[in-house]
Amino acid sequence: MQVRFWGVRGSVAVPNANMLGYGGNTSCVEVTLADGTEIILDAGTGIRELAAGRTPHASKVQILLTHLHLDHIQGLLFFGPLFDPTSEITVYGPPAPGPNLDQRLARYLSAPLSPVDLHELPASVEFAPCPRGEWEVGGARIQAAIVAHRGVTLGYRITEGESTLCYLPDHEPALGTSLADADAGWISGSGLADGATALIHDAQYRDEEYPSFVGWGHSRVSDTVTFASRANAQRLILFHHDPGHDDATLDEIGHEARQSWDHAGRDPATLSLAAEGTTLTL
Amino acid sequence: MSVEHQPLLLVQGRNLITGLALPALLTDPDGGLLFFNDAAGTLLGRSFEEVGRLPRDDWGRQFGPFDKEGRPLATDHLPLGNALREGRPAQGRFHVRLAANGELREVEVSAIPLLEPDHYEGALIVFWPVEAAASGTR
Repeated sequence: MQVRFWGVRGSVAVPNANMLGYGGNTSCVEVTLADGTEIILDAGTGIRELAAGRTPHASKVQILLTHLHLDHIQGLLFFGPLFDPTSEITVYGPPAPGPNLDQRLARYLSAPLSPVDLHELPASVEFAPCPRGEWEVGGARIQAAIVAHRGVTLGYRITEGESTLCYLPDHEPALGTSLADADAGWISGSGLADGATALIHDAQYRDEEYPSFVGWGHSRVSDTVTFASRANAQRLILFHHDPGHDDATLDEIGHEARQSWDHAGRDPATLSLAAEGTTLTL
Repeated sequence: MSVEHQPLLLVQGRNLITGLALPALLTDPDGGLLFFNDAAGTLLGRSFEEVGRLPRDDWGRQFGPFDKEGRPLATDHLPLGNALREGRPAQGRFHVRLAANGELREVEVSAIPLLEPDHYEGALIVFWPVEAAASGTR
């Protein structure tokens, strides 16, 4: 499978010149399977660029939302295929009691906050809560599970052949526990990340910043490294960069993280920071 | 050996009760024992590390519920059974057997179902000796 990063920033888009090395768009990752099936992970502002770069358009698209915080859905109505009547789009999201997924999304994607209502879209769009257990899309097996973040939030595991991608963009598994000492199996997200070929994981805070943000639902870099190491992820991609971290800061974070990864007995070359426009082949 | 990865509600439930001074335990959807905290271990006389995970029947044979004469009670209409069947918190009293000396101790029990939109992940149970509750020591 081919993975392309269209938005890697957390919380809010930052178009600052000193942040464009890694990119300023919020969460959006495109996964293209061997048969051409397209899966889009989250609909942050990066999804607009994704749509602009799609030639030709796949007629069927699956959008997997991890949760409904703005930085993960803000780009949805700027996704061109939603305005193409020949498109068939399925939007999956987290389950929740009460209103359906489309009703929950419509709180933001409707008047007066949006000029276009979710139900006016020309494409054929289906909104559905994520299936329980595993389901298949285009030859890949997909699993979703609720993970530690504020509000009901999913992580995803996509397996095609021998390759597995795990996507945990907003995740604070260390909340209330010590990742180094917790019993195996008793760590949020560990089942999704277990042995993944590549793990895309929240690393919003530097270690010294984290004490001010405990419980906000995001990870410090050292926890991300520990989590990935305990999950035996083969490759770790730091994601959901803090909007206050410019390119130079992210370079420093990458350097520090690779040292920690090295100390954990892993090859430093298998840790990277997600950057807009980059691709990964698994 | 493959690891059984627990769902978030149970992970967070364990994190919560680990630091709780009240005796508390976690069960799976079938009522099997998944974990109990140090306060429960102190009350029961054995630590979780000694006991480990147990199916509902094994857990019941060792620790209860019993009536005041030490006869096993059917669990279906006790707090755990009610919580898992009806999907609402339930409360009740029964006796447990202390591992240290075999003594029966009356406890008050609150069971909270760990309910996701469409299924149970298990239950969180808090319990405490009746005399402690009555005397206001806890």
